Amino acid sequence: MGRYYQPEIETASREEILRIQNEKIVKQVKHVYENVKYYRDLMDKKGVKPEDIKSVDDIKKLPFLSKADLRDSYPYGMLGTDLKNCVRIHSTSGTTGKRVVAFYTQNDVDLWEDCVARAIVAAGGSKGDVLQVAYGFGLFTGGAGVHGGSHKVGCLTLPMSSGNTDRQIQFMMDLGSTIICCTPSYAAHIGEVLAEKGYKPEDNKLKCGIFGAEPWTEEMRQTIEKSLGIKAYDIYGLTETSGPGVAYECEEQSGMHINEDHFYAEIIDPDTGEVLPEGSKGELVFTSLDKEAFPLLRYRTRDICILSREKCSCGRTFVKMCKPMGRSDDMLIIRGVNVFPSQIETVLLNEGYSPNYQIIVDRVNNSDTIDINVELTPDKFSDIISENLAKEKKLEGAMRTMLGIGPKIHLVPPKTITRSEGKAVRVIDKRKLHD
Amino acid sequence: MAIQQISVFVENQPGKLVEIVKPIADAGLNIRALSIADTKDFGILRMITSDTPKTIEVLSDDLIINTTKVVAAKLDDRVGALLYVIDFLAKEDVNIEYVYAFTASESFGAYVVLRVDDVDKAEQVLIDNNVPVLNEDDIKDI
Repeated sequence: MGRYYQPEIETASREEILRIQNEKIVKQVKHVYENVKYYRDLMDKKGVKPEDIKSVDDIKKLPFLSKADLRDSYPYGMLGTDLKNCVRIHSTSGTTGKRVVAFYTQNDVDLWEDCVARAIVAAGGSKGDVLQVAYGFGLFTGGAGVHGGSHKVGCLTLPMSSGNTDRQIQFMMDLGSTIICCTPSYAAHIGEVLAEKGYKPEDNKLKCGIFGAEPWTEEMRQTIEKSLGIKAYDIYGLTETSGPGVAYECEEQSGMHINEDHFYAEIIDPDTGEVLPEGSKGELVFTSLDKEAFPLLRYRTRDICILSREKCSCGRTFVKMCKPMGRSDDMLIIRGVNVFPSQIETVLLNEGYSPNYQIIVDRVNNSDTIDINVELTPDKFSDIISENLAKEKKLEGAMRTMLGIGPKIHLVPPKTITRSEGKAVRVIDKRKLHD
Repeated sequence: MAIQQISVFVENQPGKLVEIVKPIADAGLNIRALSIADTKDFGILRMITSDTPKTIEVLSDDLIINTTKVVAAKLDDRVGALLYVIDFLAKEDVNIEYVYAFTASESFGAYVVLRVDDVDKAEQVLIDNNVPVLNEDDIKDI
């Protein structure tokens, strides 16, 4: 298969990529304006007509979309085609009670899987590889996306889903997995368990891993590479644009190539919305150039990063994004799951608690932990221990339903949540996530 | 009838108990009986004092407090005395959430504090079986 999955586009000249983008954006804006009333209204309000968008240079005239828009338009408001043409749904967390629901036509799925296939090939994958998918399968895009990309490349695909580390290791060793895909923290965890079981890094057949869905550092990359005896590659994506594969690392391991034929990337000032010049640090914004079912234009990812057009030794010409350096909102990524403090607040209010809480996130043995201190109110207090513990359990259940991960709840007396300058500190993140 | 117990939610941290007990001592109130139940994160201090309303008044407004009616039943100083008392409750299907004991002077004797699901019923069962129980006035000046 060689070094590229689709060499003609992955190594196309800048002019060719720009030509493709210009052609696609004109069509895409027309498609959205005609089919997505929500966005049409936003454009009308801004006084922008589809005819005004003649090239990607004009994208800056278009209105932004954010999580709030996806909440307001839930569930079908962003749909760009008849529901009958859709074949798939994936979902990610919203900022409060409602989740983001993304739709896919068969063509959307195909193009998405192509993107993942490019990532697998860039990491050294080809037909004949045994690819273990240890991302979660389900509404989360990780499992399904990598699964589809793996099929496209022609790898023997092991749809393990996440968790059950003993079984992961058994399959890895017995079936000779050569590529593993999961969150970086899970990869590090598997490495540790392998060592505990007495395996040396050279005992497995893995040659590389593709890890994403959460921030990780260079230090963590080295830990994973050493413990599994592999090369570890980063992959980036978000449900709102498709899933993993929006950008991917090549052998250079120095930033992720954005699949520019499908996604147009901008860096903006998160406060003013102004487009920043190349090389600036700012918020990453994506415009989907091909998406039919969920065609988001100028979607604000809230990820802070830098784009670079420096020539890459791998031969790919796609622009590179650095590892996200932080967020321009308060979203946390915990065990690969996106968590907003506002979701936690929603649960507390629904359950009759005061919205005084503190989230403590840590990483213990390469696994994220989330603890939530909740201020108890007199009406919830019982002199019987088991009744208080039952309240913690009930709250944990409600949190798990909302967040998709189970936090540990601790009831604390009122006014004990740390306040700085009179303002409660809502999140204490003890993890080291960025270099 | 029955007596008031004050329960306070306490963080499981050094010095927290002092913050609760000190104002009670400073106000000249006597803690007659006390029990602490603990979990990893928090504890619940339960106490019976010589003056319940005054105790609540002196405790910080920031504390989580509630009051519960409990039964205090007299125990004889002999083997099987506790069994004798709780057996009456078991037979009448009264559920006990927790129990603790206290004594004062020799003449006052020993009592068990019973936190039950139905305090009125428990008290009636004990009275019917001639087990002495305390009321609020009894604990004012022991």
